Amino acid sequence: MRLIEYQGKELFVQYGIRVPAGFLLDSKDEAIEAAAKLGYPVVLKSQLTVGGRGKAGAILKCNGESELLPKFDELMKREVKGELPRGILIEEMVDIKNELYLSFFLNRSRRSYSLIVSAEGGIEIESVGSKTIFDIPIDGLSSRVSQDAARQVGLEGKTAASFLDFSLKLSKLVVEKEAELAEVNPAAVLNDDSLVALDAKVVIDDNAMFRHPELKKYEHVSELEKQAEKSGFSLVELDGNIAIIGNGAGLVMSTVDMVTDVGGKAGSFLDFGGRATTETIYEALRVISKIKRIKAILVNLFGGIVKTNLVAQAILDAYKDNLIDVPVYARISGAESDKARAMLRGSQAKLYDTVEDAIQAVAKKVS
Amino acid sequence: MNQEFDIFQLLVGSEEDEDYKRKPIIIQGITGSFGSTHSRLMTAYGTNIVGGVTPGKGGQSFEGIPIFDNMAEAVKKTGAKVSGMFVPAPFFLSAAKEALDNGIKLLVAVPEHVPIRDSIEVLDYAKKRGARMVGPNTPGVIIPQVMKVGIMPAQPFKDGGTVVFSRSGTLMYEVSDNLTKAGFGQKLCLGIGGDPINGINLIEAFELIRNISDVQSVVVVGEIGGDAEELLADYLVETNFPKPVVAYIAGRSAPKEKRMGHAGAIVYGNYGSAESKFLKYERAGVPVAKRPAEVPFLLAQKLDLRVR
Repeated sequence: MRLIEYQGKELFVQYGIRVPAGFLLDSKDEAIEAAAKLGYPVVLKSQLTVGGRGKAGAILKCNGESELLPKFDELMKREVKGELPRGILIEEMVDIKNELYLSFFLNRSRRSYSLIVSAEGGIEIESVGSKTIFDIPIDGLSSRVSQDAARQVGLEGKTAASFLDFSLKLSKLVVEKEAELAEVNPAAVLNDDSLVALDAKVVIDDNAMFRHPELKKYEHVSELEKQAEKSGFSLVELDGNIAIIGNGAGLVMSTVDMVTDVGGKAGSFLDFGGRATTETIYEALRVISKIKRIKAILVNLFGGIVKTNLVAQAILDAYKDNLIDVPVYARISGAESDKARAMLRGSQAKLYDTVEDAIQAVAKKVS
Repeated sequence: MNQEFDIFQLLVGSEEDEDYKRKPIIIQGITGSFGSTHSRLMTAYGTNIVGGVTPGKGGQSFEGIPIFDNMAEAVKKTGAKVSGMFVPAPFFLSAAKEALDNGIKLLVAVPEHVPIRDSIEVLDYAKKRGARMVGPNTPGVIIPQVMKVGIMPAQPFKDGGTVVFSRSGTLMYEVSDNLTKAGFGQKLCLGIGGDPINGINLIEAFELIRNISDVQSVVVVGEIGGDAEELLADYLVETNFPKPVVAYIAGRSAPKEKRMGHAGAIVYGNYGSAESKFLKYERAGVPVAKRPAEVPFLLAQKLDLRVR
């Protein structure tokens, strides 16, 4: 689960990590009051799950009240990578001496965390030339490693002490909340050599959420995703018009790739998992039917033990119940495919022997 | 790397073994809906399931297979060294430790949704005991026409000289099916798992078959997320891997920072991107198929090249 900035900062505060004074705003009225409390200048920051806010103009500085409301409106309306903000964070401006980069990130191959530190903060870490990386065991950072890291990026005296405190607190958060990533970019060194987290990007291991009921309130899922989750499906909404359904994440990803190769645009990724029964397929079609932009449905099912006629029945039921009215292109490898073909004759659904054939047909239809 | 770990010895054995092709396997969670369905299918395929474990159901039996309350008893009575795990994710950590404490040398961890921390803890625990884990979130392992531990269907697989390693379940079936139809049977197919943390990872998997003489070629099915393919490509070059390798990678059109079904299938920046994997494979001389159906063609090409 990707936490948005203000949520990450709430966690930071719980762990004693300093963040700029600020408020989450839902309305203009709150903005004026909050800015007055903070004192101008203030910063308005769009609350999004996507990166690149700065470049996209979704972080704005306000010098006085006359700028505040227009800028608030501007941000609320501004889409970044197709996403509208979930509120605006208003914060005090802090006096910055310099900026650092600091993150803990799960290094999958090393089966540990990596601590990454750089003296260049505020830019994408991948484009930073000089950075220091340490392996950190899953039970957390030690003082010695933190001190080494500080030394390697040239921190001294009081700043190094602030860094030690800051990094140990962040490590504690990462370990206790089972984060896959906690990134502070930038962490600001203030004039008194203390450290403040100007941004917060925290990703929690979804599979560990059952141990973290306290984080449940940060979950943000659409009605559609909720429904999909309830049925045990994985759903990712994409921006095209061909819905792609299949059994297995890899298979569905592969199908999306092949659709894209022939110029088609996938509108959804739906993996209904291991159980391909009449009910699961019907349920998957119900979820898809809620996505308005969908013009066709591509089913790619690799079974072995799947009975093709059960899938055909689910598709017919979905038409009969007016759940869907768009054509279905299906590649179903499994038993009883002749029977299934006969069942679907006369409907808007068609069976294909290979996924390539199904994809050619759907792309031709939709383009 | 532990060179002595012989997965074929554990799953099949050698001809002089009394239990050759009948190595004893325990199923943890045998009475659950998934565990029971697949225990039936595994047995039908030839797997010698000698016991199941479900706490509280010790003394009962499942289709003639004795059920034990715990792993200590199950291992003591059966001598099994391999466990197929079908327990729900929240119980995975304790079940895996129990198996390892009692001498299990190979865990095949089917459950999805295991927390990262638990996987890492189990792997540390296994390492200290000279054991390995396949998965979690794996379809399992199959030695075609001999035995299988996992949830894969039987039909796509056929005995032969190719090995398939896959991060995705259905793609393992799909690719193996394509291979079988093209005449490339399989010596072993092993699901690496769709999670961020994998027990036997790609490099360890390649180590398992590196010196097995009747393995003629390897197909590796990957997907976006992590850097397993990148590290594998380096390994192949650095160690001068002796067998032809062909790859497939799913997810090249997936958006960044979106989890594509598998917990592990997510791209952060360039970390985990398909481009990065393609580039590394290209440098390592590993052809990458555009579609699963293209895999056998690339493999045939690769083998011809070697013959010449």
